[in-house]
Amino acid sequence: MADKNRGARIRQREPLTDAQMLMFISIGIFAAMYLAAMLTLKGGFLKPQQIFDLLNDNAALIIIACSLTIVMIGGGINISVGGVIGLTVMSCALFLNKVGVESSFLSILLTFLLALGIGLGFGLLQGFLVSYLEIQPFIVTLAGMFLARGLTTILSVNPVKVQHEAFLALVKTKLKIDWLGYTAKNGNLIPAKIEIGAIVAIAVVVLMYLMLRYTKLGRSIYAVGGNRQSALMLGINVKRSIFWSYVISGLLSGLAGFVFLMHKPAGNASVAMRGEMDAIAASIIGGTLLTGGVGNVIGTLFGAMILATIQKIIALSPLNASWWQEMANGAMLGFFIILQSVVLSARSRGRAKRLTREKAAPQPPEDPPPSA
Amino acid sequence: MKKKNSSSSGLGQLLIPLVALGILIVFNLFRDISFFSITMRVNNSGNSVLAGNLISVIDSASELAIIAMGMTLVTAACGGQDISVGAVGAISGAVFVKVLQGMGSITVSSVIIGLVLCCLATIVFKLFNGTLVAVFRIQPMIATLILYSCGRSIAYWINGDATPQLNSPIISSIGMTIPGIPIPTPIFAVLLVGLLLFLVFRFTSLSLYTQSVGINANAARLNGINPTYIKLVSFILLGVCVSVASIIGVCRLGQLNHKTLLVDIEMDAILAVAIGGNNLGGGRFKLIGSILGAYIIQMLTTTLYAMNVAPVNVKAYKAIVIIIIVVAGSPVVKSKLTALWNRIRSGGPQNAQKEGVS
Amino acid sequence: MQNEIVLTMRGICKYFPGVKALENVDFTLRKGTIHALMGENGAGKSTLIKVLTGVYPMDAGEIRIEGIDHPVVVHSPQEAQSYGISTVYQEITLCPNLTVAENMFIGRSKGRGVDWKAMEKRSGELLDSLGIPARPRQQLGSCSLAVQQMVAIARAVDTECKVLILDEPTSSLDDKEVEMLFALMRDLKARGVGIIFVTHFLEQVYAVSDQITVLRNGQLVGEYAVRDLPQVKLVEKMIGKDLEDLSVIKKHAPPAGENSVNYYEAENLSSSESRPFDFHIARGEVNGFTGLLGSGRSESVRAIFGADPATGGTVRVDGKHVKISKPLDAMKHGIGYLPEDRKRDGIIADLSVRDNITLALQVVKGMNHPISRAKAEAFADEYIKALDIKTASSDTPIKSLSGGNQQKVILARWLLTHPQYLILDEPTRGIDVGTKTEIQKLVLKLAEEGMSITFISSEIEEMLRTCSRLIVMRDRKIVGELTGDELTQEHVMKTIAGGEQ
Repeated sequence: MADKNRGARIRQREPLTDAQMLMFISIGIFAAMYLAAMLTLKGGFLKPQQIFDLLNDNAALIIIACSLTIVMIGGGINISVGGVIGLTVMSCALFLNKVGVESSFLSILLTFLLALGIGLGFGLLQGFLVSYLEIQPFIVTLAGMFLARGLTTILSVNPVKVQHEAFLALVKTKLKIDWLGYTAKNGNLIPAKIEIGAIVAIAVVVLMYLMLRYTKLGRSIYAVGGNRQSALMLGINVKRSIFWSYVISGLLSGLAGFVFLMHKPAGNASVAMRGEMDAIAASIIGGTLLTGGVGNVIGTLFGAMILATIQKIIALSPLNASWWQEMANGAMLGFFIILQSVVLSARSRGRAKRLTREKAAPQPPEDPPPSA
Repeated sequence: MKKKNSSSSGLGQLLIPLVALGILIVFNLFRDISFFSITMRVNNSGNSVLAGNLISVIDSASELAIIAMGMTLVTAACGGQDISVGAVGAISGAVFVKVLQGMGSITVSSVIIGLVLCCLATIVFKLFNGTLVAVFRIQPMIATLILYSCGRSIAYWINGDATPQLNSPIISSIGMTIPGIPIPTPIFAVLLVGLLLFLVFRFTSLSLYTQSVGINANAARLNGINPTYIKLVSFILLGVCVSVASIIGVCRLGQLNHKTLLVDIEMDAILAVAIGGNNLGGGRFKLIGSILGAYIIQMLTTTLYAMNVAPVNVKAYKAIVIIIIVVAGSPVVKSKLTALWNRIRSGGPQNAQKEGVS
Repeated sequence: MQNEIVLTMRGICKYFPGVKALENVDFTLRKGTIHALMGENGAGKSTLIKVLTGVYPMDAGEIRIEGIDHPVVVHSPQEAQSYGISTVYQEITLCPNLTVAENMFIGRSKGRGVDWKAMEKRSGELLDSLGIPARPRQQLGSCSLAVQQMVAIARAVDTECKVLILDEPTSSLDDKEVEMLFALMRDLKARGVGIIFVTHFLEQVYAVSDQITVLRNGQLVGEYAVRDLPQVKLVEKMIGKDLEDLSVIKKHAPPAGENSVNYYEAENLSSSESRPFDFHIARGEVNGFTGLLGSGRSESVRAIFGADPATGGTVRVDGKHVKISKPLDAMKHGIGYLPEDRKRDGIIADLSVRDNITLALQVVKGMNHPISRAKAEAFADEYIKALDIKTASSDTPIKSLSGGNQQKVILARWLLTHPQYLILDEPTRGIDVGTKTEIQKLVLKLAEEGMSITFISSEIEEMLRTCSRLIVMRDRKIVGELTGDELTQEHVMKTIAGGEQ
């Protein structure tokens, strides 16, 4: 394996790809924004707990944003994720309240499986319709969203609070880290608290990163999103790749529903309303292109964190109102979208210039080609 | 995305929506024939008007049909959809109400001024979307996501938290019926917008330009068409459609609620475009298909209401019907069915064409 | 060894709605040979390839592959690969968003995981051994088209393939790159690979091939050894009639110097893509831009037409100063432009032949003066007849026509605007010999009627036949202008190569 030449050749630094570029921009902006908040708003932002709170409050968003990133890399879209969260939360809440199993562990496990099952069901159906019947993904998942929202209200129009004690205990379970904590005014040490959901969300990001980078399925999804026709010619099973991207997306939505319930143990017809749009926004801010083939879940994580940080900053600022919130989100989204467009077009122009120069650089052949 | 091969004959595209509408009608015939009864009744303001489920379908689909027309144009020219129509509609409604309040009294002239101003406001917002799409080359859905997420907040900002009431015979004439005319006014609005677009297409070559830009913007540009301009025009026309629809929405209720005005209409409008057999990837389009799509969606909703399905639950049933319609219209299913049909007709294993449907 | 058959196709049939794309076609490929598959556009070459690689299912026939003792049915490109059949297509069928290494290995490896290290190592070795100037971790989209093409070939080479199909691999390569490719092909041939070579360039066929199979109208014409089939005979077989001797085309006489009036004149014209240059063309003159690919010839004519934003220079049309900053300006001054890339810049694929023909005229007339349906139909019918465009009706979408007929439609589009000055950038690329000749004749006829024409072609022979003045470009600069006796192949080549000093 020790092949120095090879090593030198491969380790040569490649210029940043568009995808990496966009991801670094979003990481940079997150850092800058957080730093600005630390300097101006102080308060919570100076404590590590703030970061964990952002993760705790937005675990479900991070998970569905990942699920959207995967579908978008494959060149699709899935706007049913918010609806699936709503349906999962409602079904799980009802199930927990009615379940007659003695063992509380078993009932929670069953609830968990129910959540995944709902997500899987949606994923399978939507994946089949999009990949094998070639129906436009927007319409399929729009129908999926209608179906999920409709089923949620059929289950219950009224909010349902979870009464299951073991589950409520689970909700309260938090990982405590002393050394990241801080000392309150009364001298007590308050450790940093991380919810299970946040850990699950980070695990999902890592897993999906590995899936996209190190499995054939992951690379196939990129290939299909980059150029569907080429992917087919390269011997990739295009339909199967698309199918699986939706199945994973559905499964993650179900998981996000369960995580949501662990954060707020109550079902409600309006749970995760417009969650899909936040997830799309997070993906885009993180550098995923709707055109497909470009994106990365790490970027998406930071995209979601940027949205969450804006929310927090506004909540702490004098402009605390939901409509300021929305306007700030919109403005941020607009900023990123335009930035991406400008960066990408500048880069592609630069690349075209470089290529023509490369092409023109070698002098034409010394001898005229022999004429026939 | 690659363009789907679809049959380019005119009727082919309309077959699925027509069949869907037919099935809905037949279903209702068998379910309860009184669904189709049309009666005259006297409404709250003392006018005698036509009433009945059919009238209600055609009436309440008005906003959707109008927006679906605009959506079709944007879809055709830009190869994507504007998902901010509901939110911008709320802004438009807010501007309309603000203008009427500012003018003090509601008269025909103040309504017209309100209409013009809210049209202008909508066009400005749609041009924002259009600029992102046409100049910055951002995908329509992403570009319009911005106003989708903050449009209703802008509407709130214009009018505050209140739900201002508009009480005037002029308002109810627009939203419901004009005294003496038994047909709901919104229906006329659909006809008017439809006629306007028809005339535009008849007396200009906008339709050809739009399709060219949607199919191959590069080639269109090299043939002297300015794709940026055509895309902006499609957004302007959509803006006009949205403001008309928003005024109908406001007048229908006699009040403005920025949270519920035209809520979720973008999804239904896109659906109407798709059910009408138009390719969501842009290019060739048929306005009539989208209008049909809008009425199918409303017919379905009204049918479900008539079957005592609670309004909040309608979505689930709607989803199932939509899936059936799009599956029936899927090119894969179509070609499978054609192959099956050929096999049945030729009636033997000898046919060489059993796999030969492309 | 030489006669070992690696692939046999017997009685292949393929139908599309209303078209017999292949009828009872046989094809045999032997080990270690390069077998050219020839035919005009629409002859069925691509369809045969696509049947063999499983892109289209065949309607009848059988395929046998060496080492498998039963007829095989190929359902997908993946399956074709598993039988040892690899294909490199004319258009790059790789994914621009993936790395070079990935593009060489994706869709081939076993198992579910991706071993980046091994993949990049192997691809580095392969790129080195084939002398391809690309790095394994480079994003494919950042490579030039020629390099992308070679990566595609490297991929095919690495599959241990028995049958390598090269479908028009040379159309985007310059001469040097073509030579590199040929060296590669000969190398593979020596290793015993059977190569199916599809191309439009006759010289290239004779440079590398051993066997030739000719198709016409979806039917087999015959299989020949290259040495038994001289070029003229080959062309005859391809178009099915005695080829009108190309030399019959009378060389265009330049308008006499004194009487010639410049229709179009430009000084220091430059665009975002081209360097400043001077250019003029007289009424009734046919001139041409020539040079290697990337020499700036297309960019120059695009600047004339205003296709790229102009950045400077003065332009006179018909003696008057005008400003041409966008295509519409040029069109209003009687200039037409048939673009190089028909698919990307020319056709509006989903629109009918009629709409495609009338589009430019409609734009010149303005949006507020639509051409009536009846008039449009009359125009379309007139030009379908005049240019002998083969289409079911004027209502047929242009995308269902063959390449040559699509090109004629685009030509009709510009002729309908009755331009004073017509720019034709590679009007004959990728179209069959018969149509090529027709277009050349048409060009000369139009010039005789007083139209100015600028002609660009990769085939110098074709340029020599039609143009009375050649402008030679190198490195995005005009390096020479040849007229009269200087118009010989040798002289042109020398000027292109820079050997005239």
